[in-house]
Amino acid sequence: MAYIPNTSDDRRKMLQKIGVERFEELIDNIPEKLRLKEELKIPDGLSEFEVLKLLKEISGENSTAEDYISFLGGGAYDHFIPSAVSHITSRPEFYTAYTPYQAEVSQGTLQTIYEYQSMICELTGMDVSNASMYDGASAAAEAALMTCSMKGKKKIIVPRSVNPLYLSVIKTYCYGQKIEIEELSIENGIVEPEALQKKISSEYAGVIIQHPNFFGCLEDVFSIEEIVHSSGGLLTVIVDPISLGILTPPGEYNADIVCGEGQSLGNDLNFGGPYVGILAAKKSLIRKIPGRLIGKTVDINGRVGYVMTLQKREQHIRRDKAVSNICTNQALNALSACVYLTLLGKDGIKEVANQCIQKSHYLAEKINSLDGYKLKFNNPFFKEFAVETDNEPGDILEALYKKGIFGGIDLDRFGIKNSLLIAVTEKRTREEMELFVNSLSSIS
Amino acid sequence: MEEKLIFEISSDSKKGYTLPALDVQAKDINELIPEEFQRKSDAELPQVSEPEAVRHFVNLSRKNHHIDKGFYPLGSCTMKYNPKVNEETAKLDGFRNVHPFEDERFVQGALKLMKELEEYLCEILGTDVVSLQPAAGSQGELSGILIAKRYFEKLGEERTAVIIPDSAHGTNPASVSIGGFKAFQIKSNEQGKLDIEEIKKYVDKNTAVLMVTNPNTLGLFEEQIFEISEIVHSRGALMYMDGANLNALMGITRPGDMGFDIMHVNLHKTFSAPHGGGGPGSGPIGVVERLEPFLPVPRIIKDGSSFKWNYSYKNSIGKIHSFFGNFSIFVKAYTYIRILGAKGLKEVSENAIINANYLLKKLEKHFSIPYKDYCMHEFVASGENLKEYGIRTLDVAKRLLDFGFHSPTIYFPLIVKEALMIEPTETESRSSLDSFAEAMIKIKEEAEKNPEVLHSSPQTTPIGRLDEAKAGRELDVKYDK
Repeated sequence: MAYIPNTSDDRRKMLQKIGVERFEELIDNIPEKLRLKEELKIPDGLSEFEVLKLLKEISGENSTAEDYISFLGGGAYDHFIPSAVSHITSRPEFYTAYTPYQAEVSQGTLQTIYEYQSMICELTGMDVSNASMYDGASAAAEAALMTCSMKGKKKIIVPRSVNPLYLSVIKTYCYGQKIEIEELSIENGIVEPEALQKKISSEYAGVIIQHPNFFGCLEDVFSIEEIVHSSGGLLTVIVDPISLGILTPPGEYNADIVCGEGQSLGNDLNFGGPYVGILAAKKSLIRKIPGRLIGKTVDINGRVGYVMTLQKREQHIRRDKAVSNICTNQALNALSACVYLTLLGKDGIKEVANQCIQKSHYLAEKINSLDGYKLKFNNPFFKEFAVETDNEPGDILEALYKKGIFGGIDLDRFGIKNSLLIAVTEKRTREEMELFVNSLSSIS
Repeated sequence: MEEKLIFEISSDSKKGYTLPALDVQAKDINELIPEEFQRKSDAELPQVSEPEAVRHFVNLSRKNHHIDKGFYPLGSCTMKYNPKVNEETAKLDGFRNVHPFEDERFVQGALKLMKELEEYLCEILGTDVVSLQPAAGSQGELSGILIAKRYFEKLGEERTAVIIPDSAHGTNPASVSIGGFKAFQIKSNEQGKLDIEEIKKYVDKNTAVLMVTNPNTLGLFEEQIFEISEIVHSRGALMYMDGANLNALMGITRPGDMGFDIMHVNLHKTFSAPHGGGGPGSGPIGVVERLEPFLPVPRIIKDGSSFKWNYSYKNSIGKIHSFFGNFSIFVKAYTYIRILGAKGLKEVSENAIINANYLLKKLEKHFSIPYKDYCMHEFVASGENLKEYGIRTLDVAKRLLDFGFHSPTIYFPLIVKEALMIEPTETESRSSLDSFAEAMIKIKEEAEKNPEVLHSSPQTTPIGRLDEAKAGRELDVKYDK
């Protein structure tokens, strides 16, 4: 077999050295009744050529965001990824390394994560970022646990403008510790500060909002911050990192925790994963932050180097008292984000954000002027917006498929009738958007 | 050589990207986004050209040890070779450009691959159903623990404890706490295995789960596991298996047949997906039929000749991942299983076991071996015998780096003093094991004759021994201008 270097002659000599005649003697203590008597029912092995052919065939049964003009979002976005990103992450030095347990031979991984942490802090305006979480949803869930642990309380408010998939994961993570999630209804697509004011009290550990929210709308983060903090709670803001090229960093409006989905920073769509969860916080929360954290130090000769730090928070040291159970995270996806942000840099992140804003507003305006369609909410938005339709959204999407368009998400699956959620990234051209609009207008 | 931070090689107006010109009429940004929502100053990201960026990251990459370069015997981490074909299949356009909100009809290939992978894992594990959703081993553990929580809630039983042996991975007790149970630690017996008497003593009507790694972290097979399962089940509790060490078992024996009700596997260990410097991984969970209703949603169901998502499981623990899990890792594991087939998978485990025993044999005269028995895919040695020379296991680990090897997992499991946990995997050749054994023996001689070499190691790595205490004391976790 191609992945096993030892020959049967090697094995014979090795068994001899071990002092046994047959392999079976080594597994003598696996009771006979537990031994598999038959071969596993798994198809016979294929050659590399055959498996490539097979997988091409299977992948060919999918249609992609390249085959169709995609206006899908909802937490995963079709942004452009510069070629250098995958060339860096495809280096075996990065992708075939383990977690940097031996810092002296892991400086590549450690320094890039330190750079990633620095860039996330710069974007979000926070003091400290961890090395990554699994995805946006689990980052939000960990923020909920962090909030409750900091405050010693077991209630959190989450408005319905937070991505419902994230809400679902937050609930799953909170279920074990019986943390109550109080859902707050929204008005015109956003949190109504008065409603939050009415609901909140010192019983709550904090509030988790999303900005831009699930519907793309900007929340009144400034009023929300005042309300949350005057009740003594912590404020978590879920962000789209691309938006922070233009939008105020949450650190500037005094958010305590910032989390979000980093897929849009140089990671492929990949049918939903692997992505990368962003989690950053104020310095005062550093000892409660989950997961790996990389810090700068020096070696015995005074040369600068990087190590995993504050490990006393983590599972391998604190075991049942650890702040989180996370071990393996999404290091390679964080590296993609780091390389992406490096290539785009100070100007690029602004330009991408601006193009998203300009193009999404262009499309929104065009659609809003069509008969049978109108913007569902009249709030400022970033790159995604909801449209109310006279026709069944399902029928509209069907008609659009025929034109080669993924026309957005039918919000019916989240209990919202007659609405489509439409995302526009910098990759969409005016021509594509015009085709979209013309196709919509021809549906009756 | 020191590689400056990317921020330190940045200079104004450089950039490493190009974008098409904006092709819609640009509006004043203040008309679209009210000014109060806009940042007052730009995010100070680096400004470098593409060649400078690439050189920076390539130079950094060269400071890493990695499996393509050399031996990586981290115990319980299963650092096996990652076949290159996996990377090719995962990057096929029809996988990597698929959006998770696409209608089911457009993702039939992806769903079919996932469904088949679930079936293969069921067969390998001997469990009834699998969910691929957890993104890594510890998220699999948490999912499994929450399934147990929901199961007992539905039964109307208030069970608060999860029993874990003292040799367990740190994630086990951490997942138990996050999942809302109390972790109760029991002692291993003199052979380093589960103590059936302890289990009889402590498993009671308050016990929800016995959480076990098999083979355990000492690399030993728990031969009484079936009897233990019977005791645990007779008291109404569930059996959880941490599948981090599955590389020893494929085609030989199955956790489901041992009586485990819930388990996770690490596709980034046994099933050859690379570790990425700390992820992404993937931690599918398998359960017995009676726990199926509690699995995360959505689940894939077959409907005639097509596949569909099904969300309607009212007793499910809910979602654990934004979408369906780390899909591209599924593609890698699927590719691996299809290339190996049933025979290949068994060969993997057999060779992993032979390699570990061979290395154990070569080292047993030179290092103390606390639990003397044939091992499975890994074993634990101890640096205790070097203490008299003022040498600790940490020194041995650092000196190994000078020989071009990564060190084993050290100071774990906690029940072995000065532990060196060694897992060679099946993808190492006899000669690579011989070289590693020679280095270990040489280091032992150095410890006796010239311990100073060990104290001042590593010498040949990109950087010397690092001051971890300083990093914790004077926290510097981001670049400041």
